[in-house]
Order: sequence, then structure tokens, then C-alpha cells
Amino acid sequence: MKRLEPFLPVVGVIGLLAVWSIAVHSGFVDPVLLPPPKAAFDALVKGMGGVLGFDFVRTVERTVWATLIAAVIAIPLGIVLGSSERLYRSLEFVIDFFRSTPASAMFPLFLVLFGVGDKTKISVAAFGAMLVILFNVAYGVMNARKTRLLAAKVMGASRLRVLFDVMLLESLPQTFVGLRNGVSLALVIIVVAEMFIGSQDGIGHSVFEAQQLFEMPRMYAAIFAAGALGYGLNLLFLLIERRFVHWSGR
Amino acid sequence: MSATHALRPAPAEVPTSAPVGGAGLRPHVTIRGLSKRFGEAVIYDKFDLDIPRGELISVFGPNGCGKSTLINMIAGLIPLDEGQVLFDGMLLSEIKFGYVFQNYREALFPWLRAFDNIAYPLKLAGVGKSERRAQVEKLVARLGVRLDLNKYPYQMSGGQQQLVSIMRALVVEPEILFLDEPFSALDYEMTLFMREQLQKLFIETKTTTVLVSHDLEEAVYLADRVLLLSRYPARVADFVRYDGARPRTDVTLSDPDFVRTKAHCLEVFQREVRRA
Repeated sequence: MKRLEPFLPVVGVIGLLAVWSIAVHSGFVDPVLLPPPKAAFDALVKGMGGVLGFDFVRTVERTVWATLIAAVIAIPLGIVLGSSERLYRSLEFVIDFFRSTPASAMFPLFLVLFGVGDKTKISVAAFGAMLVILFNVAYGVMNARKTRLLAAKVMGASRLRVLFDVMLLESLPQTFVGLRNGVSLALVIIVVAEMFIGSQDGIGHSVFEAQQLFEMPRMYAAIFAAGALGYGLNLLFLLIERRFVHWSGR
Repeated sequence: MSATHALRPAPAEVPTSAPVGGAGLRPHVTIRGLSKRFGEAVIYDKFDLDIPRGELISVFGPNGCGKSTLINMIAGLIPLDEGQVLFDGMLLSEIKFGYVFQNYREALFPWLRAFDNIAYPLKLAGVGKSERRAQVEKLVARLGVRLDLNKYPYQMSGGQQQLVSIMRALVVEPEILFLDEPFSALDYEMTLFMREQLQKLFIETKTTTVLVSHDLEEAVYLADRVLLLSRYPARVADFVRYDGARPRTDVTLSDPDFVRTKAHCLEVFQREVRRA
């Protein structure tokens, strides 16, 4: 029994495919709305070698840019805000407010600012991701263990040394929480933007176009591609975290 | 020196402390007019104390009397409201000292290997990499510690982590070492082991050591003198000398002198607890 344990995650997948097949073949669901798994899978394989593959790469590009811009702005800013509790408290409401504002509500504003194109999509996504990362970095710095800061101080570390040698590293686990949430949010915003803001490519465009043309297998294929991308990005950050923040949670 | 004397209540029949520095040595640390309040509570009010050189002093007293506060103030972790602490007439900023926290888990840096944790104070002092390595290795050899210093703190047991923590405090060759209940987060077996380590280390280095303890047996067992504090505002209830030969062992625990000293400390402690 023990040897089978690594295969447990597969059970859910098989279950899902089984329910899907039964639903289609029993005639319970209209096969036009829900094609059999095989049709969707074939469309995925075929698509990834062609148009869908190109759309996939475009979405990855946009998401990576958005996350990168967000991280470059939010990490240093978060450290500054976090190292001064007063400064953070005075900006906390503004950050929390915009963090709670659905980023999609910002589309019209960014359209006015940047016009129709990649700039708008990437900047809205970066905006959303930035606030999430900023919030987490600042909290990571603020919640640095007091004993650890005191230990560095008692050994004669200057304020700047404490910031770089202790606070920065102390905040890394929380920073990665922010990065993972940030990249997920950026992907959501990018995909929505690709659907509705005059886009010629991207996974969002692919899903939307397939639906408009009623090419259901292609639509499901695009949805799975989006899912795989989201899962993959999260996994990537987890692996980076495990490599560089080996002490996280220990 | 007379200040300590004047503060000490009439000694009981136990042979309590000879005047500090009686051998003609100046005291290592002189504390004068120390005052500290937390909100309404006056923890210290014009407190005077001399700490002798090269001795291990245990600090013991009722809960919340300010044992840790005392060494934290001496070590500069928390500011004094009033008063002065001098080390051979010098300020804290002019001397080298080591401090060991109770919570080793939060005091060590988990992103550094044990070796780099120990070497960190040297790095702060601007010591070069090869010299740092040499000094840590020298310390390891001197203490006869058997530890894999390539491990990260979270890969070590509690006792090993605290040992790393103590080594980090010792690597700068401090003139004085402060330990704030260093073994209270360890299990009993590890506590016994660590007491021996600390004793060995003290015999080896003869560094003036101030140890806060909440365990009277441990306090007496390790100490040259036990500083008994009253409830706050803290006074020196007694400053009891214990001359048991080192290295002390399990046999020490049943030695009549040890038993008598411990009983005396307990009596003073209980008197102070009842006074409230």
C-alpha cells in the first residue's frame, strides 16, 4: 500500500476524466457543449504545436513582464515601508484599498493612459501584482523576529547591516508568498485583458475566439493550457523558493 | 567594593561572600545608581552592584523580579532610565562581550550554516575570511566540541543550536559573557549536558560570566557566587559565595557545603517571596 502513495494525486485526475467520459457518453450532457476528453486532448496537442502554442508563449511573455515590473518596484518599496512601521501605517489604508480593488476595474483608466495594446495589459497586471507583493514584503520585514534583530544589534551590527543581513533575509519567505500570489493574479488579469481588450493573440484571445466560433474542443484545450500555465508558474516559484529560502517554515 | 557590602543584609551563618575583589583585584563591572521602570512598576531604584572578575555569577530571584532585565541592561539590550554601568571603567561600547539568548531558535540565523553563524560577529568586526575560519577552528579545538558545523541550525538539535549560539558569543573572545536562561528551552537530558559544556568552557576560558537561571540547583551548581534578588524594586537580597572545587560533578550535588549553600539560598528566596 505504501508504495502506491506517490500515485495518489493521479486518482483525482482519473476520477475527473471518468466522470467527464460518462457524462458525455451517457448523453447526459450535449456533446457539442462538452466534447469527449479525447477530442479536447487532441485539440490541445494539435494546438500547442501551432496557434495555441504561439498564444501560450505570448501570455507567458506578458505575465512574466508584468510580474517582473511588479517585483522590481514592489520589493525595494516594501523593504523601505516595512522597515519603518510608522511609514507603513500611514500608507496602509491606501495599499489595502487598492489591493482590494478588482484590478479589472482599472482597465478603462489604463486604456486612457496607455492606449489599446500590450502596454495596458501588462501595466494593469503589474499594478495588481505589485500591491500584492508590496504588502507581503512589507509584512515580512515588519514581522522579522525581534530576537534575531536584537542578536545582530548586540553583536555590534549597524542599522544598515541589520537591514541587509537580517531583515532582508527574514522577509524572504513572505516575499515568496507575495511573488506566488502576484504571478497568479498577473496571469488572471492578463488572460482577461486578452479576451476583451482588442487582442490579436494570447491564451485569453484563444479561449474567446474558440467560443465565438463554437469550436468547443479548441476552447477546452485553451482553458487547459491556461490552467497548466498557472499551475506551472506557481510550481516554478515554489521550486525557486525551496532552493533559495531553504529555511522557510523550519 | 564597600557598596556591595553595605547593601548586603546581615549574612546568615553560611559562609557568604568575601568582599568582591578581596584578593586585591578590582571588580570587573561596577553598577551604580541603576534605575528602571516599566510604566508604573519600578523594577530598579538606585541599584548598586559590583561583579567580580573571572567568576561565574548566577542571578536568581522571584519570578518577574527583573533578573533578565538586569543583564539586558548591563548588555545594552534595553536602555537604563538612570545610572551607570562601567567595565573596568570603560563603557559597553568600548569592550567585547557576548550574549546568549534563551530562544536559540530565534537568535541564530537560519540562512547561515552553523560555522557562518559562529563567524558572524567576526565578519561584523571586519575580520577577513581566512582569519575568520582560523579563529572559529581555534575556538572549536579549544572547546573540544564535536559538531558538524556545515549544518544549518534547523538541522541540529536544540542543545546543539544553543551550543552554536554560545560559541558565537565566545568567538570574539569576550571579556564578559551574559547568558539569559540559556537552557530553559531544552529538555532535561540536554540541560544536564549543556551545564557540563558551560562549566568546561568556563574552566577553560575563565571569562567573567553572568548567568540568569530559574533553577536554584543549577544556579548554585554552576556559580562562584549566586546573586539573589528581591522582588521589585530589586535589591541584592544576598550575594552568596560557593567555593566548591571544579570541575563539579554529580557528587557535588550531595556535598554538604553545596547542600548548605543551596538551603541558604532557598531560605533567602522564600523570605523574599513572602515579603510581598
